[in-house]
Amino acid sequence: MVESGDKVREDFFSEAQEIVETLSRNLLKLDDAHRTKRSDPGLVNEAFRAVHTLKGLSSLFGAQTMGNVAHHLEDILDDLRLGRVPLDDRVVDVLFRAVEVFNELLASEKSASPPPSQAVEALLARIRQIGAPEGPVAATGPIEYDLDVGMLAVLTEYEEHRLRTNIEQGNRLYRLRVRFDLVTIDKALEEIKESAKKFGEIITYLPTGDAGSADTIELDLLMASMADVPTLNRELGAENVIVEEIPRIGGAAIKAETAEAAERIVNAEVLEQGMSLVPNAQRELVSGRDKDTVSLRSVSQTVRVDIRRLDHLMNIVGELAIVRGTLAKVSERVRGEGQRSLAMELQRLHRTFERRLAEMQAGILEVRMVPLGQVFERLARVVRQISREVHKEIRLVITGSETEIDKLIVEELSDPLMHMIRNAIDHGIEVADKRAQVGKPPIGTIALNAFQKGNHVMLEVEDDGRGIDETAVLDRAIRLGKVSPEEARELTRLEVLSLIFLPGVSTRDSVDDLGGRGVGMDVVKNNISKLGGVIDVHSETGIGTKIAITLPITLAIVSALLMRASDQTFALPLSSVSEAIPFDGSVVRNIDGHSVMSLRGTTLPICRLDEMFGLERTTGIPRRQFAVVASLGARRLGLVVDQLVGEQDIVIKPLGRSLRDVRGFAGATELGDERVGLVLDAAAIIEEVLAGTESALRGARLGYG
Amino acid sequence: MLRILLVEDSPSMRRFARTALEDLKKQLGELEIVEATSGFDALRWLPRGRYDLVVTDINMPDVNGLELVRFIRQSPVHRSVPIVLISTQSSERDRERGLGLGANAYLVKPFAAEDLQRTAVQQIGNASS
Repeated sequence: MVESGDKVREDFFSEAQEIVETLSRNLLKLDDAHRTKRSDPGLVNEAFRAVHTLKGLSSLFGAQTMGNVAHHLEDILDDLRLGRVPLDDRVVDVLFRAVEVFNELLASEKSASPPPSQAVEALLARIRQIGAPEGPVAATGPIEYDLDVGMLAVLTEYEEHRLRTNIEQGNRLYRLRVRFDLVTIDKALEEIKESAKKFGEIITYLPTGDAGSADTIELDLLMASMADVPTLNRELGAENVIVEEIPRIGGAAIKAETAEAAERIVNAEVLEQGMSLVPNAQRELVSGRDKDTVSLRSVSQTVRVDIRRLDHLMNIVGELAIVRGTLAKVSERVRGEGQRSLAMELQRLHRTFERRLAEMQAGILEVRMVPLGQVFERLARVVRQISREVHKEIRLVITGSETEIDKLIVEELSDPLMHMIRNAIDHGIEVADKRAQVGKPPIGTIALNAFQKGNHVMLEVEDDGRGIDETAVLDRAIRLGKVSPEEARELTRLEVLSLIFLPGVSTRDSVDDLGGRGVGMDVVKNNISKLGGVIDVHSETGIGTKIAITLPITLAIVSALLMRASDQTFALPLSSVSEAIPFDGSVVRNIDGHSVMSLRGTTLPICRLDEMFGLERTTGIPRRQFAVVASLGARRLGLVVDQLVGEQDIVIKPLGRSLRDVRGFAGATELGDERVGLVLDAAAIIEEVLAGTESALRGARLGYG
Repeated sequence: MLRILLVEDSPSMRRFARTALEDLKKQLGELEIVEATSGFDALRWLPRGRYDLVVTDINMPDVNGLELVRFIRQSPVHRSVPIVLISTQSSERDRERGLGLGANAYLVKPFAAEDLQRTAVQQIGNASS
């Protein structure tokens, strides 16, 4: 039981007194802010906390009247800080009055004289008058920022409210990753709080759980600010403070920030030149201080644009392309009617229009591009962190940070790359002893390469580890029933390696290995496929593993194969086309009700587009058709069509509401001659068709690779 | 010896809880109560040893109790230590979040010393059984 001794009671009084004094000082500041029409959410929250503590203490120590007053006051302050009631003169008056009453109550308690009942009653009556909030109830919609779920989960109601308010006010969100010495943490935090205050509000402080060492701690500070990255980096960034903007989901801020881009390129160059000199991954790859040297100049010349606006512009370009087509036809007609000079003029106009339109398209595309360095920086930190966790020294060599790719793709790349790197460290790179045994340098190397190849960006993650153990992969695949022992015997090396992209078959190659940490490569593959990319794996036992990803440079325009099936035109993005072969119906076999054909010794499931979409034929099936082989990783499907029209760059537009939920279509596209074509979603179709087919094919050999 | 980490930013409340917990010596034998005066302070104390129970207030500035729960549940060393949250009547949402993040029990202010003692004994017992 609690000692009811004087000491405890005395402590209570002195703390209560202190709280009331703090509250009083707080109110003065709050009043000042209120009168000068400034808002200071921090002050309201502090007042709330003070009263909240006072309430808890009072009830604990039997000071019931004080507890009761504090309780009612707390409700008002809670409504205030959560934005449910506005701060007005009436509320401010009540708060001041409450401080007086608290003081009277404390005096009476101390001297054991009767409580100032009248004053208390009067105050409670005024509090009641303020009444229940009429303001909006707390928003509950999704927070459209790429915030760590873990971070969102630990926000208190108040913190969440502040987050929403800041978002509503159009502030940008930042994550400040800081690392502090435990001994000096208080001072260090005060300092960063003080400097952060000038630029915005720190919403919460979240320990990341990565202690690094027993003497330091890493925290993520969620901050809202009007300032931009270069400014915050300049003002808050330091060796132990990394500022990172939290992007909006779907409508991310984009490159227009040439300063940032330039700075990344410079950093990338520094990295590349310095790479061979970097002793190990422990070294800070990009220090916050270096960042701002380049970016100081041109900050004011940049704008941030929601990427959806660019999509809109791109749609307009698509529509203009149709005008261009019509213009060409008109000029043809005019020439046909013998008006030569008018026809020539129109022809010239048409050509100019065409050229300018192409420039405009290229210009819009260029704005969407951001350097891959953005993701690479993050990965460098991950490598450092993981290598420390697993006690493997790793050198990360980055090339091609300046390679540019669609902003939306960059956003989606970070997870798959992270998993691949995690795999490379966990399962690829051996521990130092083992490396020494086989004559490798003790420090493992992971290379992250990016380069552009035509309309594609190639990304490679390469390690000099032990390579993938094919036997183990095969064993696992057989055990999981992904392949039968019979088909296993016939698989080529490359086909075996491709098995790691099947669910459940991992790159893990021995039981003592750290497993279960990363997501399977199947998830990585799916993510890449969603971006219209393909993924390949190469591995040499004892030498290393290389995983190569080919991505389209942009999601706004895709190269597609146009094809026709019973008078309908369909487009299939080239990224999912592996080949097109002549087809005649006689080669089709039937396995358990599913159509398949042979293709160079492998079995290819096929699907007739007209049947699939229930298209009516006005004419008979042509004698000679084509099978377009669509592939999604190791899975392939032959789509039977009547005619191949050719390749064309297309802008994919979303389908209208009524068609949005139809599986199998990625969207629609205008074909330039006022016709509309449906864009096939290869992934969805393959999934749909193969779901039934694969089991039927077990026994027959499925064509991987 | 049992070690309890008590995280509470109000000195009186801390003293109250400490006194209540110290009373458990009769029942549980030797115990050490480590007091942290804020969420940050707790972060400082956590790496310095193992604990058999953590009692923490939710409503603290900067690093709040929920963040502490998450941190503890992610820590390889402290992952399974029982956590008792101290919350107020009004913060039902925060309390629920805390339990969702892996706290084991909560006490609503004001609570009697016996409530804290009972919960503490229960949680320490659960963890060791």
